[in-house]
Amino acid sequence: MSGDRIKDPEKERRKIKSVVKMKEIMTKYYIDAKTAGQSGKKVAWITSGGPVEPLIAFDVIPVYPENHGAMIGASKMGIDLCEKAEAMGYARDLCSYARTDIASSTVNGGPIGGLPKPDFLVCCNNICGTVMKWYEVQARYYNVPLFIFDTPFIHTELSDEAKDYVKKQMSEYIEFLEQQCGVKTDWDRMREVGRLSIQGQKLWQEVLDTTTHSPAPMTAFDAFFHLALIVTLRGTQTAVDYYVQLRDEMKERISQGIGMVPDEKYRLIWDNLPVWYRTKWLSDKFASHGACLVADTYTSAWSGVLHLIDENNFLESMAIAYSSIYINISIDSMFDILKNMIVKYKADGLVMHSNRSCKPYSLGQYDLQKMVLKELNVPTLIIEADMVDERNFSESQIETRIDAFMEIIKHRK
Amino acid sequence: MILQMKVNEIATDPNTYARKWKETTSRPVIGYFCSYTPEEIIHAANALPMRIFGAGDGFIKTDSHLQAYSCSLVRGGLEEALTGRLDFLDGTVFPHTCDSIQRLSDIWRLNAGIPLHLDIVLPVKLNTDSAREYMLKVIRKFKIDLETGLGTPITMHSLSESIELYNRIRNTFMEIYNLRSKYAGIVDGRRILEMIKCSMTMDRNDFLEILTTFRDELINRAANFKQEKRKRILLAGGICNHPDFYTVIEKSGGSVVYDDLCTGSRLYTGNIDSSGDPVESIARRYMERVVCPAKHSGITSRGKNLVEMAKEHKVDGVIFLFLKFCDPQSFDYPYLKEHMDREGIPSMLMEVEERLPSEGQLTTRFETFIGML
Ligand code: SF4
Ligand code: SF4
Repeated sequence: MSGDRIKDPEKERRKIKSVVKMKEIMTKYYIDAKTAGQSGKKVAWITSGGPVEPLIAFDVIPVYPENHGAMIGASKMGIDLCEKAEAMGYARDLCSYARTDIASSTVNGGPIGGLPKPDFLVCCNNICGTVMKWYEVQARYYNVPLFIFDTPFIHTELSDEAKDYVKKQMSEYIEFLEQQCGVKTDWDRMREVGRLSIQGQKLWQEVLDTTTHSPAPMTAFDAFFHLALIVTLRGTQTAVDYYVQLRDEMKERISQGIGMVPDEKYRLIWDNLPVWYRTKWLSDKFASHGACLVADTYTSAWSGVLHLIDENNFLESMAIAYSSIYINISIDSMFDILKNMIVKYKADGLVMHSNRSCKPYSLGQYDLQKMVLKELNVPTLIIEADMVDERNFSESQIETRIDAFMEIIKHRK
Repeated sequence: MILQMKVNEIATDPNTYARKWKETTSRPVIGYFCSYTPEEIIHAANALPMRIFGAGDGFIKTDSHLQAYSCSLVRGGLEEALTGRLDFLDGTVFPHTCDSIQRLSDIWRLNAGIPLHLDIVLPVKLNTDSAREYMLKVIRKFKIDLETGLGTPITMHSLSESIELYNRIRNTFMEIYNLRSKYAGIVDGRRILEMIKCSMTMDRNDFLEILTTFRDELINRAANFKQEKRKRILLAGGICNHPDFYTVIEKSGGSVVYDDLCTGSRLYTGNIDSSGDPVESIARRYMERVVCPAKHSGITSRGKNLVEMAKEHKVDGVIFLFLKFCDPQSFDYPYLKEHMDREGIPSMLMEVEERLPSEGQLTTRFETFIGML
């Protein structure tokens, strides 16, 4: 009998059971999206930070090229598509989500054979300027309408002028959808979607909060995976039900004392997008030092502005909230949030992924690092990599740096 | 003239000029990035607007704040600030453009130690009514912020005067550009670049004088100018800060007859209506002028523009030129090239890193391209 057929009961116990459900939901979601033509539903491509709730209310299927990029990265199909984009004339320094998506459109590439063709595009620049350029490319390629939701960056404040501007755009957005779909807004449905969105975000935050417990019932690497629903199906009952299940599983794990990292000794926080093609490697690497990545700045972006959303004035308050997300604010405001996280999750260190693809997230990290060191005296590690383009990942170098970093952490504890 | 300094000296060392200007006049100097800065307002506040181009290379202090994958303008600008070469500045203005400038503004505010820091959080799309309205409010807000920051009220009268002055500069530049297009090779590109750089550095009244003399010189020269056979080149992209490009293009048998650069025609096209509310007129120009790739006004507007430019100036070829790591330009390049291909206009791409390629390499690339035109 070969050894690997016997399942290690300890390992089995630590596996998150909801994963199965999650995979089911995502598979169904992509099948629905890819067969939208047959069901007569419209498909809209939308940026990950974009206001998706109105789409759900209009019964449009939202599709996320960024989520697609993550899937491409996780299935290690990034290099091939990146190179295709480069052959099309796109510089290697551009965001690898954008590159892989643009290339994938022309060859139906990637793990699910490309995304369904959009009927229109919705681009919200609260995450970056890249998405605007990227969606312009796709609007030309598919020859479909593009709605840009322009959320002024918050250097020091979201001015009254800016608030006005984003609120107006929310109405323009609704008008745009009425035009595209040829129906009037169903306000009852919109309210319902708003309520579900808020509920989903609260539940997602509850899931993330469970890792304040030590040992943490899940890690940031798990959060990267379970994030998919709050991104893609925010505002649906499906997302709400799923996160209830996941939260309860996490609570159950806590009561049974199940931690994700066996023998958790050190608690770390992750900054920036995941390195999709190396999540397992990184997770094992840290775990081998008894370190658990308990939280991250990325997955909490989908619940971090809950306090700004008012259920009774959902659309307007959402316009403000969407403008105020983690990556649309200045470095010093980011630091305030990061500081709270470090304290809340009782972190011993911070790991920053300097992500070549993502300038708005990565530029400024060096200053953040200095602030964290100065004000909190918490050690930080910067890993130079890319979320999808594996050519920018140097295993031996990163391994050495992680080992050295963990030595520092061990000495301090 | 407030200062007697040669045009080429000012162009190569704008900091020294601005520093001396400040000593002489005891008036403030305001540094800024990007052609979306409403210089007219700064000028109307009795200050000198000075565009920051950044140290060419040799980044030392920048590297502990910015990753190597940011463009050399952003890195070079910060290097200048951190090494104290801009310590004479009273303030810096950051119009919102690309992701890199957006973060540079934060880093600058936290580290540069320059008293006044103003962000102009412009709209990114420029083709809707609400964006138009927002643009106007943002420019108004900038005017107030600047007045407060400098403690200098800006009267409508001084603003109108400033607009008049800038309109004259713009018109004169356009005349020069037209002469250059009509008589290819009438003036070295290097000299145009010097003028462009001075236009963003010098006391603007003094500059207008110099520019006018320069134009008159060209008009005279045009009278008995013998056209040589030269390939007509359109330079398109972002910042072109290197005189060598022009020199090598000329040596290779080409001549830049027009450009779509943010250190070129984008600065000088589109006059500001000097009747009516001056702030409104300034805002309107930004909504209407040729769009930069970090802004949106329709999905094919830049392509169409470029084709029009190329046809109007009967160019033989287009050289795309922008900084490495520049996202907005890099995203537009394939589609702009396609537009050129469709029109049968050959083009080449030159991505500029912090250090220029050797003259030999540049010559080979440009000669090959121009040779096949
Ligand atoms: S990874 Fe960064 S640059 Fe790319 S789409 Fe996301 S936020 Fe934008
Ligand atoms: S050159 Fe490009 S990347 Fe650099 S500041 Fe300008 S627009 Fe931004």
